[in-house]
Amino acid sequence: MTTIMRSLKVVKPGLFTTVQDRGRGGYLKYGVPLSGAMDQFSLVAANCLVGNDSNAACLETTLIGPELEVLREMQIAVTGGNCEPKINEASVSMWHTLTVQRNDLVSFGRMQSGCRAYLAMRGGIDAPSLLGSRSTYVRGGFGGVNGRQLKMGDLIEGFEAPLSSNEYSMSEELIPQLTNHITAHVILGPQADMFTEEGITTFLSNQYVVTYESDRMGYRLEGPLITHKEKADIVSDALLPGAIQVPKSGKPIIVMRDAQTTGGYPKIAVAITPDISMLGQAKPNDTLEFCEITLEKAHEKIEEYNRLMNNLSHTLIRS
Amino acid sequence: MIIQGEKSTPVRYLPFGDSGLLIELGDVIDMKTNCRVIALSDAILKANIQGIEELVPTYRSLLIRYDPQKISFEKLVHRAKDIEKAPMPTTRREGKRIIIPVIYGGEYGPDIGYVAKTHELTEELVIKLHSERQYRVYMIGFIAGFPYLGEVADEIATPRLETPRLKVPAGSIGIAEKQTGIYPCEAPGGWQIIGRTTIRLFNPAKRPPTPLEAGDRVRFKSISENEYNALTRE
Repeated sequence: MTTIMRSLKVVKPGLFTTVQDRGRGGYLKYGVPLSGAMDQFSLVAANCLVGNDSNAACLETTLIGPELEVLREMQIAVTGGNCEPKINEASVSMWHTLTVQRNDLVSFGRMQSGCRAYLAMRGGIDAPSLLGSRSTYVRGGFGGVNGRQLKMGDLIEGFEAPLSSNEYSMSEELIPQLTNHITAHVILGPQADMFTEEGITTFLSNQYVVTYESDRMGYRLEGPLITHKEKADIVSDALLPGAIQVPKSGKPIIVMRDAQTTGGYPKIAVAITPDISMLGQAKPNDTLEFCEITLEKAHEKIEEYNRLMNNLSHTLIRS
Repeated sequence: MIIQGEKSTPVRYLPFGDSGLLIELGDVIDMKTNCRVIALSDAILKANIQGIEELVPTYRSLLIRYDPQKISFEKLVHRAKDIEKAPMPTTRREGKRIIIPVIYGGEYGPDIGYVAKTHELTEELVIKLHSERQYRVYMIGFIAGFPYLGEVADEIATPRLETPRLKVPAGSIGIAEKQTGIYPCEAPGGWQIIGRTTIRLFNPAKRPPTPLEAGDRVRFKSISENEYNALTRE
């Protein structure tokens, strides 16, 4: 039996901080979304840096990070958007194993680039495993800490793990370079035939701005209107993260990891898996651009992406 | 019931991103199309094809989420087509039958008056029409455990609210056009709320997390406030 230890106390919760792992599959037909880290690469990297299983639960912060009091000596790592992490007011490196002591205060500065950061602690966060995952699904009110975002006074528990004698960092070239412009590769369809040719060209050749109506469920985008041939409604069918649906307004909505599992708007395209993680770092006012790719090319990119993630622990630099 | 030979629209096999195959069997809400979707879903599940992560049956299509590193899109389409073209078994999964106790009207069903007025019916008649039918679970979606049930009698089919409510209480029973549904948890929503049940439709600690799945049958039973309170206490 692994011992559960009180590990962190939430002094300030930040804008929207939740517990996430890689998500839960297999329950879409019961209306349960995949959930899990919006930026899966950064979650896996954070776990690797502290020697965890890649699916261990971490904290996902959004734009304004939390302030956390450390309750035991342990190792942590912070990855994702550039959030200027600090330990007791002193800046520390991201993408690096950090050892913290009891009574240390972990805090974050302004998000310089990207939108979400991940804090892993060695051993992993303990939260109830529901339907195969510890991820918080706020709309369904389950997972993570009581099915909600963190609030002041919450205690984060973790699985005890002896300190590793090694500290690691990610090699520079593997750290995603986040900017306020993201180009996402998409596969057209499944309902691209409901749009005019002009509508599809508009979608593929313009930039779209992420609006403030953006969260873990999806992002509403602003930009040149995409025209439908006739109808702008379909008989509701299934949705997956990365789907780009266009309601009658002509303004696209990207579906993200906590989205409802069915929807009634036609989907013009779906972002490829590696790029959904990149999109997970988009914040309001960032611009997006969509670039068509074949299914074959997409599968090559997935293979590359999975190889990178599976081998991540071997590419770390010991320091 | 034999389904073969009843195909009206051609079946479409469409990529849904890099890890999804969408099989469209029609573009309408009807029993025949939904039966075909569920029969196909059951048959594909039974075939136990390596690389399939999960199946999501909806009103008129089946989404297969797959791992492209375990099965290619082409191979998956090929396998699915073979299964779709083969005669479907004449004896199909019947689906569970579930009775949902409902307290209609009053504070539990604030829109029942509007539904009655729209159709020039009494509230009693709305209750009778809603509870005398057996409904089919066409799919589960929108929020965890929300069943889309159909179809309600034309006499009580009512469009959604013009302005959706920010909060609909858990257990609320609603009508939207010819569909009826049950809110498993508190959520924003635009359906006309006519009653409420005490049955807890979603529990993430259970597998499966909801007693209903596409293909099941549901009937509503009108109960009194006393019975409702007794059930709430249970």
